[in-house]
Amino acid sequence: MTDTAPQITEEAFRRPRNQWWDVWDQFRTHKGALVGFIIFITIMVAVLIGPYLWTIDPGYIDIRARNQGPTLAHPLGTDQLGRDMLARMMAGGKVSVAVGVTSMALSLILGTLIGVLAGYFKKLDGPLMRFTDLFLALPLLPLLLVMVMLFREALSSRFGPETGIFILMVTAIGITSWMQTARIVRGDVLALKEREFVLAARSIGTPSYRMILRHILPNVMSPVMVSATLGIASAIITESSLSFLGLGFPPDFPTWGRLLFDAVDYLNQYPERVFWPGLAISLTVLSVNYIGDGLRDALDPRIRGR
Amino acid sequence: MFTYTVRRLLLAIPTLLIISLIIFLLLDLAPGDPTAQLPLTIPPEVKEKIRQSLGLGEPIHVRYFLWLKQFLVAEPLHVFDNLFGTHFADGMQRVISWQTRSPVADIVAQRLPQTLWVVGMSYVVGVLIALPIGIISAYKQYSWFDQIGTFISMLGFSVPTFFTGVLLIVIFAVNLGWFPSIYDTTHVVDSWDAFVFQVRQMIMPVMVLALYNAAQISRFMRASMLDNLGQDYVRTARAKGMSEKVVVLIHVLRNSMIPVITVIALGVPQIFGGAIITEQVFKVNGLGQLLITAIYANDIPMVQTLTFIFAVLIVLFNLIADILYGILDPRIRYD
Repeated sequence: MTDTAPQITEEAFRRPRNQWWDVWDQFRTHKGALVGFIIFITIMVAVLIGPYLWTIDPGYIDIRARNQGPTLAHPLGTDQLGRDMLARMMAGGKVSVAVGVTSMALSLILGTLIGVLAGYFKKLDGPLMRFTDLFLALPLLPLLLVMVMLFREALSSRFGPETGIFILMVTAIGITSWMQTARIVRGDVLALKEREFVLAARSIGTPSYRMILRHILPNVMSPVMVSATLGIASAIITESSLSFLGLGFPPDFPTWGRLLFDAVDYLNQYPERVFWPGLAISLTVLSVNYIGDGLRDALDPRIRGR
Repeated sequence: MFTYTVRRLLLAIPTLLIISLIIFLLLDLAPGDPTAQLPLTIPPEVKEKIRQSLGLGEPIHVRYFLWLKQFLVAEPLHVFDNLFGTHFADGMQRVISWQTRSPVADIVAQRLPQTLWVVGMSYVVGVLIALPIGIISAYKQYSWFDQIGTFISMLGFSVPTFFTGVLLIVIFAVNLGWFPSIYDTTHVVDSWDAFVFQVRQMIMPVMVLALYNAAQISRFMRASMLDNLGQDYVRTARAKGMSEKVVVLIHVLRNSMIPVITVIALGVPQIFGGAIITEQVFKVNGLGQLLITAIYANDIPMVQTLTFIFAVLIVLFNLIADILYGILDPRIRYD
């Protein structure tokens, strides 16, 4: 039997390839997702690093240079108070993206928590899912508007106008957008619970919390990541809609939605001022949606490698 | 099916009650006082009397039940009286708007036609655009038509309606001057010219909302068609020698419509919410615009009523979607 010993080749000793490389390989084949990824990174770089290169203060008022068209000094022109539009776009982008990412994180935590609890513990399933259904039946945009209107003063005086509104926006968007994630996660957890490895883990006496942290959560990561990307997109849209309705950040505090809202008043004279913030919102959301689309394919092992 | 419908109807009642409680409490517990805007020269005793007359002196649960009674009993009776000339609701207090001092239901009734016209029309147009696009994209999967359709629907739900609206205004109202940028609600259609004007002023808001709705519905249509095109019964139909037209438009389409119809039903209440922004952009004075002005003016009865109406619509259409699903698909039996 010794002469048929397995041929140990170089291949067997090589470190196994990290699975994230497989995901990346699949992600690259999705053209739209790749382009979206590049655009999103470009916008991020422009928004985060841009202010260090373009050092004009977005709040600096130069009343003599107001309503200017694009010049070398102000590539996107200036607004009705002579503030530089490029600097304001970058500052606004930072806020919009920060609101998007933070409220997405909040809704993800809420959604995953409720989804895992409902899927894992049979007793909690009924009540928690009724609770989710209840939230899905709420008229969200009207309620968001009401929440912003009602709690704005209180939070502004407590934490200062900017931080207060930021907290309000993030909480309001976060607690009204977790339901889809919760439903998806619950479905996946219910399916995972029937699998052999969960049974094996339970039969050696794994306590529930470690079961969830070690075995359930890593396996629901892919749907959670996809809903995270889509969550950023919808949070950015919600924030800019609220700002557009005048119920967002204070006027001197630029966000993309706020810039668009301010520019609508000057629609007849300076239509280009509407264009840039709108384009920024649309491009960001579009690229994030494409990334989500590509990620969904890339994270699905059944599609991968085909 | 009947018992299921009854059970769902009964389940909708507690849902609505809890939602109404949430809406009531959110507005009631929030800081902000309707008398805060009054001039400071009014002495505190008088201010207290004003608060009493607005009904703010009672404990919370009393006010909740009174509001519920007003909303669920008194208002429908008043509407009934108005329609049939009866006098059931005489002496019952109505829900009064704090802004205009007139009953909330009357203002809602005034505003409803504008919303229904613009929003309803846009939903119909959206569905009419979406269905053919979805069918063709699925039938010719990965063709150039499908690629463009995918891209446009991606654009449709990525570009927010306030940007498409404003962009259309810049192009068609400011630069080309084809359509008016503001929707004139006092316009009465009594002649052909008036009709043409009405169409012209409706085109932009309807197109903005239609694009947004069509984007989502066409995706569902495409996915549902793709699911069905790969099924065995399609191969059977083709093997029997049926023409491609019959196979796709009768066999596949009928089966694919089942989930799409429920999606369409589920989307109806959302358009009222989404229309808030479009109404604001085009200055249509419908329900959404009413909500915004009421929020700005701290008009709590109006905000409560409108939010509750939106909630009722959502619950109602969820119910309709579930029941339709059961009726259309004989494989699904709930009981």
